[in-house]
Amino acid sequence: MSGQADRDRGRWAGRAVQALFLIALISLWALATSWGHVSPILLPDPLAVLHELIDVLKSGEFVGDLRVTLTELAAAFAISMTTGTIVGYLVSRSPYAIKVFEPLMAGAYSIPIILFLPLYVLFFGLGPPSKIALGATISFFPIALNTIAGFGYIDKILTVSARSMGASNYQLFRWVLLPAAFPVILTGLRMGFTVALLAILGSETIASLAGLGHRIVHLAESMDMARMFAYITFVVLIAAFLNAAVSRLEARGKR
Amino acid sequence: MAHVPAIEEAAAPRVMAGRSPWRRLQRFLLAWPGLARLGVIALLFGVWEIAARFYVDKMFLSPPSSVFTSLHTVFMTPGVPAALRITFFELSVAFVLSIAIGLTVGLSVGLNRFAHRSFMPIILLLYGTPQVTILPLFILYFGIGPASKIAFGVTHGMFPIMVTVIAGVQNIKPILLTSAKSMGASRWHIFRWVIFPHMIPSFFSGMRLAMTGALLGVLLAELYVSTAGIGYFTTLFTQNFDPTKLLGLISMLAAMAIALNELVRRAEVRFSRWRSA
Repeated sequence: MSGQADRDRGRWAGRAVQALFLIALISLWALATSWGHVSPILLPDPLAVLHELIDVLKSGEFVGDLRVTLTELAAAFAISMTTGTIVGYLVSRSPYAIKVFEPLMAGAYSIPIILFLPLYVLFFGLGPPSKIALGATISFFPIALNTIAGFGYIDKILTVSARSMGASNYQLFRWVLLPAAFPVILTGLRMGFTVALLAILGSETIASLAGLGHRIVHLAESMDMARMFAYITFVVLIAAFLNAAVSRLEARGKR
Repeated sequence: MAHVPAIEEAAAPRVMAGRSPWRRLQRFLLAWPGLARLGVIALLFGVWEIAARFYVDKMFLSPPSSVFTSLHTVFMTPGVPAALRITFFELSVAFVLSIAIGLTVGLSVGLNRFAHRSFMPIILLLYGTPQVTILPLFILYFGIGPASKIAFGVTHGMFPIMVTVIAGVQNIKPILLTSAKSMGASRWHIFRWVIFPHMIPSFFSGMRLAMTGALLGVLLAELYVSTAGIGYFTTLFTQNFDPTKLLGLISMLAAMAIALNELVRRAEVRFSRWRSA
């Protein structure tokens, strides 16, 4: 009983420390900008940022950039999801193919593919296609690798017993292979989604014509700091929301 | 999907009676998947070569043969060796700083239950946010020189180390700690002989992730704005429509990334060996 009470108290204490940490951070920020000698060009004060954030949300100025970024993300993820699962499935059908292709893909996965961004810009231009291509390339590898891991390393007993009980190819796939592989594939899809989002925001920051990353760079270059901080907050919230939604979907799919 | 072969169908090289050279080749390849892997790589390069020679405009893509035979011209370009050196320097400093910060924070948060409960959610939240959005801020605070690249690399490299060190420290069976304590081990002894060896495997997988992360951070910052690093030269070669040099530079960096990754992975295998022994 007392153990439970202790644990509850510990959890509340943890929450309190987290809240205090946040409050301390924001008050430090406010103090630095109002009494400290920090130039507002480097660090705008939190109230100004809040005003700008409200203004951005109210005016609906963000809609165009958000639409560009989300469209790129959706297109990139759709491409990598289809190609990744299909290629992964085909490779996983033969242990020999796994031995040949898996190390290749794992090796390619360890290269920072953002290096190829200048090439992609050369091929596809500054607009959304280069971002979609980069996002799709980067997220292809975790999805394909996890699909291989999911389908390729299923306990042989399961397939053999299903076969000996007379399962057809379709039945084997639908009732044995797919349920066994699904959780692993979902993890791969979640990882792919996260890196695709990163790749798209990153490539928008480096070279682009529109999108949320482009907007932040534009504000940074025009030294509109308060609005830039407002946009950064906005993008971080959007990303946190997307990642949380995807994790929730993953958890539900695994049940 | 016409045919789902049983899993074991292609597993072992089947003994084949045929003596035709084709069969022999097949058997040989089945025994050596590494050769088939090289074959796949060669095939990819072949496709690239043919595409670049006959189908794609020379302004955009050059064949691998000319990329690799003109690697030395990339080196001859004034400033490129220095740029590679600078990037390597930025990466090493960022990596070392990530390890130092990640290890310190990871140990202090992982070894204290209260700190773990309070700060772990904050660390995970920060780890999950896309840090590229604040890249312009780093340039503003740290300038366009190496400092901003190092700082940005550190923000990408330190979180994987923190998270894996915390996980490694937390996964120690309480019975090991209790028995060490009951046999009269001091705090330092417990750390040195119980916690430390348990932390090593996860620490090294964290190091591998940190290497990937730090490299990503440094390259992102380099590509965003750069005055002397490789980012400057990738922009230069792109704007001059010089794909031969651009591809040469990119393949050198990719080779560097693979080599560093392999180095850390070897170390990981080497230092995790005690567990299986």
